[in-house]
Amino acid sequence: MIFYIARRLVWTIVVVFCVIGITYIVFYKLPAGNPALRFAGHSPTQQEITEIEHRLGLDKPWYVQFGKFAYHFFAGDQYGWPGLGYTFASGASVKSLVFSRAPRTLLLIAGAAILWLLSGVAIGVISAVRRRSLTDRFAMGFALFGISTPVFWLGLMMLYIFWSRLGWTAGTGYVSPASSVGGFFSHMILPWITLALLYAAFYARMTRNNLLETLGEDYIRTARAKGLSERRVIFKHGLRASLTPIVTMFGMDIALLVGGAVITESVFNLQGLGYLAINSATNQDLPIVAGVVLLAAVAVALANLVVDILYAFIDPRVRYA
Amino acid sequence: MSSNDDLLLDVRGLTIRFPTSDGIVQAVTDVSYTLSRGETLGVVGESGSGKSVSNLATMGLLNRKRTLISGEILFRGRDLLTLPQDELRKVRGKEIAMVFQDPFASLHPMYRVGDQIAEAALAHANISKEAALARAVELLDHVGIPNARNRARDYPHQFSGGMRQRAMIAMALVHNPSVLICDEPTTALDVTVQAQILELIEEVKREYNIGVILVTHDLGVVAETANSVMVMYAGRIMEYGPAEQVFGRPQHPYAWGLLDSMPSIEQRLERLVPIEGAPPSLIAPPSGCPFHPRCPYRFEPCPTEVPPLVAPVPDAHPDACHLPWERKVELGTQRSLLARDAA
Repeated sequence: MIFYIARRLVWTIVVVFCVIGITYIVFYKLPAGNPALRFAGHSPTQQEITEIEHRLGLDKPWYVQFGKFAYHFFAGDQYGWPGLGYTFASGASVKSLVFSRAPRTLLLIAGAAILWLLSGVAIGVISAVRRRSLTDRFAMGFALFGISTPVFWLGLMMLYIFWSRLGWTAGTGYVSPASSVGGFFSHMILPWITLALLYAAFYARMTRNNLLETLGEDYIRTARAKGLSERRVIFKHGLRASLTPIVTMFGMDIALLVGGAVITESVFNLQGLGYLAINSATNQDLPIVAGVVLLAAVAVALANLVVDILYAFIDPRVRYA
Repeated sequence: MSSNDDLLLDVRGLTIRFPTSDGIVQAVTDVSYTLSRGETLGVVGESGSGKSVSNLATMGLLNRKRTLISGEILFRGRDLLTLPQDELRKVRGKEIAMVFQDPFASLHPMYRVGDQIAEAALAHANISKEAALARAVELLDHVGIPNARNRARDYPHQFSGGMRQRAMIAMALVHNPSVLICDEPTTALDVTVQAQILELIEEVKREYNIGVILVTHDLGVVAETANSVMVMYAGRIMEYGPAEQVFGRPQHPYAWGLLDSMPSIEQRLERLVPIEGAPPSLIAPPSGCPFHPRCPYRFEPCPTEVPPLVAPVPDAHPDACHLPWERKVELGTQRSLLARDAA
């Protein structure tokens, strides 16, 4: 078990290193044009450019530049850890920018994840147990709706109905839970539901299909043959075995959302990480985009690690593989 | 009193139908048999002959909503088919236990073997978890798992096929059941292990004085262990009687076919005769005797009339065949002469 975790850990570090390499190439080597020009302002002299190139380290060979880039990420730079450099536009620290936006995105994801996991798995289990019943048809109809509905449309509808028409919730924008807990929930409930719906639909379908498949297994028949109650057969024997793919999906989905909740963030004007990345991309402020991408990629790698370790706890066969 | 107390199962006119979108599957039709203490009933037949389904009905493991079942399955006088679900659950695993075909798939891959057996113990007894685990270890030891205390902490994938089947038998024995149903318990195992498992089942039967139903398509297995034999085809009983009679003096052409298609050490291999044709569809089974399309001896009543399961003469055992008794004797004698010539 320890060996297994250690192996996974080493792999994660390798992956993170590759991610840094690719990020560096994509954002610092491939873009056309001299970054020094962006810093220099209007019609700079050749001397100014050379000076800036020297200050930014652009006159050093690429491997030295990459070495510094990677070193800063792991060990931190003048703005602290992790070192992500500074922006083209203002020269401000990318790290502080990213970190000021991150809580919004993370809280959005966390709330939505709790909603979709609980509702999705619950709906899936009920559907599987009452297969072909009216409840099942209704639940799967809901799942189809959730999967087919565009997020921006759903978000706008939510706002229209619950904010504009009914006035039950607050509208767009973000209120920090530190300043007002009630305001935070009132602002977040609609984005949570909007983001959760699509995933809840996927999870309901997946739970239903996995559970139905598992309930057809021989060991479920054995469990029934022991004289166990149907509840125990389904929850202890059935759900346990159906959980593995759901855990995988869950880890990946959460990680991908770190950079991928853009539409929900935009509709509800939450100005989180996705919003920051899109904005910076249109302004060609590449260090910020690189910072967000790097963090999102690291989140995916870490989620993978967590999933792999959870896997070993759920399924003993994995530990020996 | 003894004979009545010894009668464990009395199945009468069991008929099982599965409605599907393609039509109604006539899985089991009018099947009657009994099982007593100390008896091993061998049930043989090709795949899809209804062997397993009738036992699943006994265990109450068929979905009642999606299955049409008629007849009676009397277990010590109580009809299992009309018993409420929660009453039935108290019988299942406690008084009637089952060992399944594929030990690789029958144990939950994510729980320790000992825990799975302990769970069976806890299902019907109000005991502590420790006591249940101790019982699991005791049973694993009893069915011949070496170092049972440690092996109980293993997961199924750390067990060999034979060990898993031993664990399944241990699980079945948790509550000292009076009926043990073994559904092709050796099919998935190596030949050498098969013999050990059959021996274990025999030991268990003698030791606990229980009734065993042994479902198999391996006639050799039945010949070795069964007291009585039931030959099934297309959901019906073709022949039913004491093992030495069914093997020594088989009366039904299907039983002859089965025996002739079985390799044996005495007969040379080129004498292996397959039964021509394939088992019938259970959605649209043949009219009359279900075996008539494949039967070399069919005559005028076979395609139209279903032969009843009756003993043709008083000292014979019941079979379901239209052939007159004299003809059966004649053909049976020819068969045994052929066999002797070949030997």
